Amino acid sequence: MIVLDKVNKWYGDYHALSDISEQVAKNEVLVVCGPSGSGKSTLIRTLNRLEEIDGGRIAIDGRDIHAKGVDVNALRAGIGFVFQSFNLFPHLTALENCMLAPVQLKRATKAEAREQALALLERVGLAHKADAYPNALSGGQQQRVAIARALAMRPPIMLFDEPTSALDPEMVGEVLGVMRSLAGEGMTMVCVTHEMGFAREVADRIWFMAEGKILEQATPEAFFTNPQHPRAQQFLSDRRRD
Amino acid sequence: MLELIDTYWLYFLVGQYPDGPLGGLVLTILLSGAALVLAMPLGLLLGVARVSPYRALRWPTSVLVQLVRAVPLLLVLFWVYFFLPAVTGVKSGQASTMLIVLVLFDSVYLAEIVAAGIRALPKGQLESARSLGLSYAQALRLVVLPQTLKNGLPSIVSQLVSTIKATSLGYIIGLSEVSFIATQINTLVFTQAVQVYLILALTYFILCFGLSRLAFLLERRLQRRPAQVS
Repeated sequence: MIVLDKVNKWYGDYHALSDISEQVAKNEVLVVCGPSGSGKSTLIRTLNRLEEIDGGRIAIDGRDIHAKGVDVNALRAGIGFVFQSFNLFPHLTALENCMLAPVQLKRATKAEAREQALALLERVGLAHKADAYPNALSGGQQQRVAIARALAMRPPIMLFDEPTSALDPEMVGEVLGVMRSLAGEGMTMVCVTHEMGFAREVADRIWFMAEGKILEQATPEAFFTNPQHPRAQQFLSDRRRD
Repeated sequence: MLELIDTYWLYFLVGQYPDGPLGGLVLTILLSGAALVLAMPLGLLLGVARVSPYRALRWPTSVLVQLVRAVPLLLVLFWVYFFLPAVTGVKSGQASTMLIVLVLFDSVYLAEIVAAGIRALPKGQLESARSLGLSYAQALRLVVLPQTLKNGLPSIVSQLVSTIKATSLGYIIGLSEVSFIATQINTLVFTQAVQVYLILALTYFILCFGLSRLAFLLERRLQRRPAQVS
């Protein structure tokens, strides 16, 4: 479904992504992990063109998404993106946050969008907060609304960029719970996360990144019990000590 | 002082109207109001252009903004009143000259308020709007500008207050706004300069202070709204 072929990106002299060639299959749940500064976020942001690339090719359903003439808005409408810092629209209620894009992009009438938004909020356990503004919600609740907002465009792919890193520990579980149920329904997901428990339990595959490269890709079972690359071994033993 | 008010209140309020052009306090208020109404959309456009990703929009607006901000309003008033008719051959009236200058200044200062507000908004707002598939224009209109304008309300109001005070510069080109009328009254009465200018000062104060208070109340109401819980 997503194919990366020798993807390269530089920030000036800094080689942020280095010859990334990998694939994500339909319905696959992929977890990208690695030390900070390894290029995980940069990589996931290239998948919906929040970041441009300097070389290589990224294809989604066979279409080169970084090619000239690609309708970037249409591309993004089909890919849900969840940010570390939620980025809900503070001047809109939870419900309005989930209705904005479907209505504006004419995917639904106002009534349909409203009904769908309520159903999505219900699904993330926040139907009772539909009329609340983001600043009246906890971090975990905001992130769940952000997931509902992304789902409102009915994207076949969801990208999560460290969705729990800005949360207090007691709120991590509720967000991971929503992600777990999405995975259970067969959503194609790419998740940058430090939640190794989630990775072990939910991921179909793990990419381990460092210094802009994917150093190891493996099933969770193989990655956690028998990591091959020395950097992965180091990373996991550091994590265990935490 | 009461006698003064009793005799001249109508002249103070509307100038020589209906026997002559409309003037006085009403003209001052109308000019300020019209300037803001016209400058607001213009300022919005200029502000958006000033932070536009397109250089062709950003550069000319930046030049205009820097130019206007570096020149005194009074000087531009002179230019438009004396110089422009010499070039175009069309003589513009005092009121329309004042309006042109006020709109020019207001839209440039409002543009800076809007541009600063857009720059100050967390990058994630635009990014998350775009990640949903909204175009840049949609993201601006639906996500960025509503927040920018709300946050910028105090600055926008202080710009309006400046506008009201700036109309008094019309005195220089003989525009019969309220300061000019007050001076006329002072000439007629001759012995009560302190009283006349005290009344003028009080009038400006009530107008401007009242507006600031109004904006404060509006701002408080806007701030309360997002805190609502279902």
